[in-house]
Formats: sequence, C-alpha cells, structure tokens
Amino acid sequence: MQLAVVINGSPTASQAANTGLRYIEAALASGHQEPRVFFYGEAVHIANRLTTPPQDESNLTHRWQALAQQHNIELIVCIAAAIRRGVMDEREAKRHEQTSGNLAEGFELSGLGQLIDATLNADRLITFGGQQ
Amino acid sequence: MSQAGSILLVLRHSPYSSQIAREALDAALTAAAFEVPVSLLFLNDGVYQLISEQQPEQLRAKNLSKALPALALYDIDQIYTSKSCLDIRGLNAAALCITAEPLDDAAVARLFHQYQHILSF
Repeated sequence: MQLAVVINGSPTASQAANTGLRYIEAALASGHQEPRVFFYGEAVHIANRLTTPPQDESNLTHRWQALAQQHNIELIVCIAAAIRRGVMDEREAKRHEQTSGNLAEGFELSGLGQLIDATLNADRLITFGGQQ
Repeated sequence: MSQAGSILLVLRHSPYSSQIAREALDAALTAAAFEVPVSLLFLNDGVYQLISEQQPEQLRAKNLSKALPALALYDIDQIYTSKSCLDIRGLNAAALCITAEPLDDAAVARLFHQYQHILSF
C-alpha cells in the first residue's frame, strides 16, 4: 500500500514526530511501500540540524535521517513553514540575509504542492497532528 | 457519494493560538490552485476561525477571517461546520463571517466517509 505521512506537531512539544517515525518503521516492517513524508507546521523544527538534546536522550532528527537513508525515503519540509520558523538551507539563508543555514542533511525544502501531490497519490494519508 | 480525487480539509484549532489555522488555509488554497476539489470542515475550536468581527490587530496578528472570503474565488464553496461544536461555544451559524453549512454529528460522520483523502489540521 502507498502511504503518505504528514507530520504537523512540534517535535519537542508533542509526540507527533516520534510516533510518526515509529509508525513508518512498523509500516515498512509490514511490507508497505516507502511512504512520502511531509513535515508541516511546527514539525519543521525536526529539520534543524542544530537541535542538540542531551547525550542520554534520543536525537529525533538523527533517527529520521537514519530511516530516510536506510529506506530511501524523501523527507520533504514545507519551505514557507520552515523559513517562518528559522529552518532553512544555505541558499534560503542567503536570500533572506541570514548568517547561515541549518537544514539537516536528508531533508529537502519544497512547496505545499508536494503535500497535495502526496495526498492524492496515496492509498492512505496519515496525519500526526499534536496539540499546537 | 464518493469524492474521488478530492480532499476534505479539517480545521480543528482556534485562529490565533498558533500558526496552524493560517497554514491549513494555505494548504486549502494550494490544493485549489492545483485544481484539486477541496472541501473544508470547521470542527472543535476551529469554529472560532469563522466568527465575525475578529480583531486580531490587538495581538499584532494578521486577520485570518479577511482571507476567508477569498475561498470563493478559488472555487472552494463546500464549507461545512458542526452544529454541536457551534452550540457548545454559544455561536450562531447565521452570524459567521462566511457561509458554512452546519451539520449534525451524523452528517459530519458521513462527510468523513465520503472522502478518501482527509487532511487534518
């Protein structure tokens, strides 16, 4: 089954990014195809490579990167939602006259059209909202 | 009736407590720009997005309700809300800033069943 996964909830203030990741691991283990993943709203903070939790805590950004690399999954981050929250690649940082970019490797900035496309081409769309 | 190839967008949060209401609206307009039929359902605190005479300028926030009449320009005219969600909050469907059809709970459930693609915000 072709799944699309939308993560909306904050990685620090909700379980959305954690539960979404575990959901995808379970779906892949059950034989489903690699899902399309779209990070929107507060969830874009997952793509901030400067996020540094204490060493004895799980680094969710690293776990998403590992999952994407292992299974060849594209991690799309909404560009408008990301820039609004200070998450951007070098090119956008330059364009907005910021000193540096901070987009983590393995994540890609793109537009909302990707969300609509992923939605329509999926057999099932699963949203991980989280309290905003 | 099944709504194949169309999207039901569910708005569940109040307009100014976070960015989610604005970002949901952006998603709706993007779908419409891609000529994907989109219907909106305002539920729970999402019904507060529909009240008239919002004054978010006092919060230095952009007035979200001013963007709502633009939905019609994008051919988004299937706009629904929940009668019970309005009633609980003391709101009247006739006094909203745009026309939204108030559905009873059974009709809301039927709406969810009609759509294969549901984006929840």
